[in-house]
Amino acid sequence: MSDLTRAEVERVAALARLGLTSDELGKLQGDLNLILEQWAHLADVDTSSVPPSAQTIVQAMPLRDDTAEPSLPVDDALQNAPARSGDFVRVQAILSEEADG
Amino acid sequence: MSGESLRRATATELRAAFQSGAATSRAVTDELFAAIEREDGVLGAWLHLRHEEARAEADRADARYATARAAGPAALNALPPLLGVPVALKDLVNLTGTPTTAGSRILEGYISPYDATIAARLKEAGAVILGKTNMDEFAMGSSTEFSAYKKTVNPWAVDRVPGGSSGGSSAAVAAFHAPLSIGTDTGGSIRQPASLTGIVGMKPTYGRVSRYGIVAFASSLDQVGPFARTAQDAALLLHAIAGADAHDATSSRSPIDAALLNLPSGDAAASAIRGKRFALPKEYFVAGMEAGVERAVRDAVAALEAAGGIVEEVSLPTTEHALATYYIVAPAEASANLARYDGIRYGASKHGGGDLLNGYLETRGRGFGPEVRRRIMLGTYALSAGYYDAYYVKAQKVRTLIARDFDRIWAAGFDAIVAPTSPQVAWKFGAKMSDPVSMYLADACTLPANMAGLPGVSIPCGLSENLPVGLQLIGKPWSEAELLSISAGYEALTATAAWRTVAPHDLTKLGGGAA
Repeated sequence: MSDLTRAEVERVAALARLGLTSDELGKLQGDLNLILEQWAHLADVDTSSVPPSAQTIVQAMPLRDDTAEPSLPVDDALQNAPARSGDFVRVQAILSEEADG
Repeated sequence: MSGESLRRATATELRAAFQSGAATSRAVTDELFAAIEREDGVLGAWLHLRHEEARAEADRADARYATARAAGPAALNALPPLLGVPVALKDLVNLTGTPTTAGSRILEGYISPYDATIAARLKEAGAVILGKTNMDEFAMGSSTEFSAYKKTVNPWAVDRVPGGSSGGSSAAVAAFHAPLSIGTDTGGSIRQPASLTGIVGMKPTYGRVSRYGIVAFASSLDQVGPFARTAQDAALLLHAIAGADAHDATSSRSPIDAALLNLPSGDAAASAIRGKRFALPKEYFVAGMEAGVERAVRDAVAALEAAGGIVEEVSLPTTEHALATYYIVAPAEASANLARYDGIRYGASKHGGGDLLNGYLETRGRGFGPEVRRRIMLGTYALSAGYYDAYYVKAQKVRTLIARDFDRIWAAGFDAIVAPTSPQVAWKFGAKMSDPVSMYLADACTLPANMAGLPGVSIPCGLSENLPVGLQLIGKPWSEAELLSISAGYEALTATAAWRTVAPHDLTKLGGGAA
């Protein structure tokens, strides 16, 4: 794999929703390329007939009974919300009033 | 019992003293808070203390012991083993009404609205929860230097790191601020700090302990486990927190071994080593391992052999790929888990001005520290279109090979793998902060067990440069009681070893004052 370019680092930061300064992006570019070098040798491992494992401790996972149980009261669930309106979390509008639809 | 002896007592000793009436939980709790008050200005292990709640829990425990003493021995023995025993929680365990920061600014001000399953179980067991301990931000790090809040020092050498990410929990137990503490281990974050601070730390089998209410890092790797100063104490804490939980589908229905409550001790523990088969993987004696660490570990292996253990050198050829595999899988899972920190429902928020997207970018860009940003970036990249197969799927395939390597060891009839926990003793602050890869290499000997889901324990096995060295035992799935029994055997074999007489610094003499 070739080195990550500045544009790729910016694209990944945007995907990750990280608002970073120009200096921070530059430092990350260097760090990520250093780490990717360490990853490169994995390409040499022969895995042509090996299935991927998401977990290695395999166990039965029985379904529970489909019955309602008490859950977190609304006030408790909302106690940490930065902005609240009644029983709702208040957020910024995602559409402006002039927007279509 | 009083003063220093209360403070230094193990959980097992405390239980006996509470039963006989030789000590009260309240006296121990007061003694530990006084020590914390005097010393945490130097140690920096604690982020939040529960003075009032802990004292109330201690008083309730003492009342139950008094009632049971009046009723007779059967009533006393029926009390839960951790009743009145103080415990510290790593600050990623939700505990109703307390802050839970995970060492991050992005959770500053967050108050847990519910109990993690292990917190509920510790309450149910009557343990006294002293408070919450410092950690690397979101458990990402090997030195606790990535905490957004404070520096935790190693009680053995205050210019050195305590290990990480559970460095506050390990330092608290090593410095006699608590007999027991809880950590989490995703790539070594219990075993490595246990090694660097000279205590016992166990990562159980994946699924042994519920992860419900634990701030998630990498969900297919994270496990909760105990820190203690003896194997028996670690076993008591594990027994209290382990077991199936309807809130965590990956928690195991595999029964908890009652042997954890009463491990062999003394001669019986030492003689149980006889005939055990230990695999010594040559790949764990990595390049860059300190000579003093290798010497202490090889001496420990020789002691097991002298006691009748059968040691054979083996090869785990995929060990060299574990680091890269881990640093793809763990950041990938972390990037998904940490997507929830968006400043909308809880935690620090920079929403308000501008549009919604800008609020996300600002909240996350300012809320996460440098190591967490690095991992989120790595993980996002590894999961992004065009790279997913080359990195993430490839790593998941190599993970299969790592698990198969271990399977071959168990198929050959070995009882445990013996290896170093950390290739080096505690290092000086700042030594690895400018080079992320050198920090990652600190976990080279611990993270293969996480990739395979296996239980592992680190126990003190000597000193190098007057700093603790840890011996790691890795076992087959669900063999925690076996690993801790072997650990108790090793403790018995080395009970009179000269290195056991060396203690951490007396922090009181170093001054400090309240946190």
